Amino acid sequence: MAGSTPASATASAAAERPQPGPWGEAWRRFRKHRLAMASLCVLGVLVLAVLIGPFIWTAPIDEIDFSKRLQGPSWEHPLGTDDLGQDLLARILYGGRISLAVGFAAMSVAILVGVIVGAIAGMAGGRVDAALMWLTDLFLSLPELPLLLLIIYLFRDSLVGVVGPEMGVFILIVLIIGGFRWMPVARLVRAQFFSLREKEFVEAARALGATRTRMVMVHILPNSLGPVLVAATIDIAAAIIAESTLSFLGLGFPPDIPTWGRLLFDAKDNLDFAPHWAIFPGLAIFLTVLSINFVGDGLRDAFDPRRVK
Amino acid sequence: MEETLRDLIGRVKRGSLSRRGFVKRVAALGLTAPMATQLLAVTGAAPAAAQSVPAYAPTRRGGGALRILYWQASTLLNPHFAVGTTNQDSSRVFYEPLAGWATDGTLHPVLAAEIPSVENGGLSPDGRSVTWKLKRGVKWHDGQDFSADDVVFTAAYSRNPQVGATTSGSYQGLNVVKVDDYTVRVEFERPTPFWADAFVATAGVIIPRHLFANFNGPNSRDAPTNLRPVGTGAYRFVSFAPGDTLRAEANPNYHKPNRPFFDTVEIKGGGDAVSAARAVLQTADFDYAWNLQVEDEILQRLEAAGRGKVNIVEGGNIEFIQLNATDPNVEVNGERSSITTQHPAFRDPAVRQAMALLVDRESISRFIYGRGGPATPNFLNNPPRFRSPNMRMEFNVARANEILDRAGWARGQGGIRQKDGVRLRFVFQTSVNAPRQRTQQIIRQAAQRAGIEIELKTVTASVFFSSDVANPDTFTKFYADMQMYTTTMTQADPQRFMNQYVSWEISSRANSWQGRNIVRWRNEEYDRIFREAEGELDPVKRAALFIRMNDLIVGSNHIIPIVQRPLVSASLNNLRPVLSAWDSTVWLLSDWWREG
Amino acid sequence: MTSYLIRRLLLMIPSILGISVVLFTVLAMAPGDPFEELATNPAVPPEVRANLRASLGLDDPIHIRYVNWLFAMLKGDWGFSFVSRIPVDDLILQRLPVTIAVIGASQVLALLVALPVGIYAATRPYSIFDQIANTLAFVGFSLPTFFTGLLLILLFSIHLDWFPFVYRTQLDSTGWQWWWDQFRQSIMPVTVLGLFQGAALVRFVRSAVLDVIRLDHVTTARAKGIPERAVITRHVVRNAMIPVVTLVALQMPIIFGGAIVTEQIFRVPGIGSLLISAVLSNDTPVIMAVTFVFACLVILFNLIADLLYGWLDPRISYR
Repeated sequence: MAGSTPASATASAAAERPQPGPWGEAWRRFRKHRLAMASLCVLGVLVLAVLIGPFIWTAPIDEIDFSKRLQGPSWEHPLGTDDLGQDLLARILYGGRISLAVGFAAMSVAILVGVIVGAIAGMAGGRVDAALMWLTDLFLSLPELPLLLLIIYLFRDSLVGVVGPEMGVFILIVLIIGGFRWMPVARLVRAQFFSLREKEFVEAARALGATRTRMVMVHILPNSLGPVLVAATIDIAAAIIAESTLSFLGLGFPPDIPTWGRLLFDAKDNLDFAPHWAIFPGLAIFLTVLSINFVGDGLRDAFDPRRVK
Repeated sequence: MEETLRDLIGRVKRGSLSRRGFVKRVAALGLTAPMATQLLAVTGAAPAAAQSVPAYAPTRRGGGALRILYWQASTLLNPHFAVGTTNQDSSRVFYEPLAGWATDGTLHPVLAAEIPSVENGGLSPDGRSVTWKLKRGVKWHDGQDFSADDVVFTAAYSRNPQVGATTSGSYQGLNVVKVDDYTVRVEFERPTPFWADAFVATAGVIIPRHLFANFNGPNSRDAPTNLRPVGTGAYRFVSFAPGDTLRAEANPNYHKPNRPFFDTVEIKGGGDAVSAARAVLQTADFDYAWNLQVEDEILQRLEAAGRGKVNIVEGGNIEFIQLNATDPNVEVNGERSSITTQHPAFRDPAVRQAMALLVDRESISRFIYGRGGPATPNFLNNPPRFRSPNMRMEFNVARANEILDRAGWARGQGGIRQKDGVRLRFVFQTSVNAPRQRTQQIIRQAAQRAGIEIELKTVTASVFFSSDVANPDTFTKFYADMQMYTTTMTQADPQRFMNQYVSWEISSRANSWQGRNIVRWRNEEYDRIFREAEGELDPVKRAALFIRMNDLIVGSNHIIPIVQRPLVSASLNNLRPVLSAWDSTVWLLSDWWREG
Repeated sequence: MTSYLIRRLLLMIPSILGISVVLFTVLAMAPGDPFEELATNPAVPPEVRANLRASLGLDDPIHIRYVNWLFAMLKGDWGFSFVSRIPVDDLILQRLPVTIAVIGASQVLALLVALPVGIYAATRPYSIFDQIANTLAFVGFSLPTFFTGLLLILLFSIHLDWFPFVYRTQLDSTGWQWWWDQFRQSIMPVTVLGLFQGAALVRFVRSAVLDVIRLDHVTTARAKGIPERAVITRHVVRNAMIPVVTLVALQMPIIFGGAIVTEQIFRVPGIGSLLISAVLSNDTPVIMAVTFVFACLVILFNLIADLLYGWLDPRISYR
């Protein structure tokens, strides 16, 4: 690796120049990323749909009508009906609020905890590192199911008592899903830190007298975010699906709230007779994941000073 | 009515009335045909050899492999340690009781030479003893002879507290005496009308004394035979992986002619019910799939493939709703739903009646359970002689509204009815299970139309059905206004079933919530006639008592029966299984065969 | 290096002990009762249950139970399953071969697919290949395994009738036929799991390679006229391996832990299904043994990953 110049140091030095402003520059680059822009639109449409959709498409989500069960898409029910004759479009729109909120919130918890733990362990090393990695290992090896049952048992009622049933369940779900998914992020960030803190540009910054915090915030952390962004997108999908598993433990939202994961699970046994039931929630999850990924790619390229293209 | 019946039965016995004539006449009294024939059978007025078990046609063996699929896997093979149906079934492949329960609720001899009756001298007229004659020439799989010693030992083993047998309840309050090598007498402390418990069916399988005698104590779990069963059954042990697969092969020395038909039996466990149904009905990879708790519509579509069929065997299991008689929201000495309290809303009979009118059993049955859940107005449905003709079911939102209006429950804020500060807002809990959640939604919607708000709560089954004293979410604690689950009837006799409503069984902290009366309903008449039925030797009178008990509890509307839960299974078109709702799936595996 | 290794190995002991204490406490406090079915069975008197509880030591205080468990474990006694009433190690050993075969194969498949696809996609970002690979990866991890598994069953077992969907541990056939049958029944579970994990891995590999490929020393190497292939393998992949090694180390313990959902769908009797049925029936000794071994593997592979970092990037110092 001889002969390589600390390119990043110069690049970040360049970024400090005020010219068009780093944010403006990033936005300009982001706009040129066509896929990312398209995805941002798709994501916007999805969010808007679940936010205002239920006001436009006012079919009730829980009107049971046995004469209309398992119907395919029609004008009356654009996405068909489920086995109780309930309108699937209304259910997907309604459930999407929860699924998206849980997905984003749980992902944020997982990434935040993971990055903090990973960064501290990676920078500090030694005893702090050992203690934090012990914690990570502990969380990795805890069996989820008994722990979940214990959490429900210990905290559900008290939390529900404090912040009300819906918010209480939401907070609990987000904390649990986030709490079970931060460990890979922590390990990834720590490994990146190990490698990056010995790199030339960090050495250079250190030699120039940068403080520890500045070194981390400006030089190491941004360069270790590649895997974190990937983990974030995977975690959103995982959280949306995990929410539905939780409701089978009696921890999630009540069974009549049609979150996307729940719809997919309910639909699976009818997959060969009523595929529409599963296809639309599946598509919704897929589109969310897809668009978030491309937006993530676009962001990375926009903020990455070394981009090749 | 009882007098008329007795008179009619007497005439049948004397020959002055034909059995068909009898059925016709009792039909006029409101009794069904199966109920009538059963009455004749239990009073000894009908030939015992009724067609309770289908004829066995094969004249040869060598029928190839039989593959059975369970979506739960068995974990142990000692029938007296068995917890749960799966384990009882897998050990039953090898072990046999003296008699089993046929699906019409009559006994079928297995290791017994004949079923004891008053006529053959097996039953004492005072109800204090029963004498079993054992089949001769039966050999254990290891070649030893089966005899009365094994029967006596089985009772001693099961009731030994150090063994920790799960069947021990069937051997309390009785004494087992060896009369000779092939005769055993069971003596009861009190007159016992229901004598067919010890040595019968699941709890009654006989184990070999020569292999278990050294393990009749705290070392019971070390017995090698726990994992390598040696029984008298039609198939003998080959291999066992707990939680996965059990394999058996034909027993060449089986004690019934031309049996068994199959060369090998494989029972595979695990997975889920829907894919188990697929493996039989769609791909025909397996011959038989056990207990398909699947929405009937899916089963019907799978059946359309034409490879297999769905078997439905009616028993006594029932899915029902309980309306808490006590107040779940008031704590008395650290105990909620305490028997010292009364439910603020359900103490009004009008509210209970309205709730019963709001349960659309027909739709629940038709659209959710299908053939797997016929709607019923009764709690006690089977055997047919115990079924009450007096109860009705109705779904009528308008009438429910009318009743509530008349009782003074006026619609208040948000359209929810209230009276004297009590709002009709109920927490309705059940276990996590797709059909139950669907049923909850249907009931909630109907209740909404009558101004009753229902909050749905679901608890994961492993917690809901646990007996954990520390957990507030168990069904025995019943810290909710309403709950729904299936209660199982394990014997073709209602005594152990109808004790769910006697006052001394009320579930409370004092008995660590182990009482069977979970709805906490109390009724002096019920208690009295239950005691009476316990000692009543006359079968007709006894049936009338149980019917009265059913009418009392159902009439109170503290429980709302929804659907019966018959056993639903799938088998290939050419398989001829012999099934029973009162006994294990494989209770007569020796008589299973394949056509063509 | 050696002293570092010894220190880390010694450090594993308190780590494992600490984790075992937490595990044991969680399991002891978690709601549930191994004899719940007895509670709903009217034929079983409460005394029998009380007796069973006492004979299995369930009524002792937690710390006494923990000490008993720990000493038994040190003596090689893994405990006794409440549900199966046989030693736990027998149960685990019975499940181990299938677990390693199926889950191991799926991990290998995941790596075999993800590494080349991820690297190739990263060297040609936003090419057609990259786009297709990415889209498939998104499909891969946005659909849960219960869904993809069912999809495969419907397609390959029910419509095409190519593969069986019930996994059988003891096949009747022998010789080559046995291998063929084994292959046929393993292919669907292995594919479902392998692709689910592979999909995530593709994204990580692509991202890691993309990060490195833009670094200056790679450009320098190219400028020196080193063939592209050699640049990629020698300079790029080695440096990009750090996140990949981290992830693989995170996934390796799963070979022992099993995959609950996939095992359930295809009825693979692996350790995952043992664990879930033990959890559902509150069979604490089994849960404890499985999670304990799992915890040891987690710690071990974390250590291996730490050692590999140093090998991949010699500038990382062992401290």
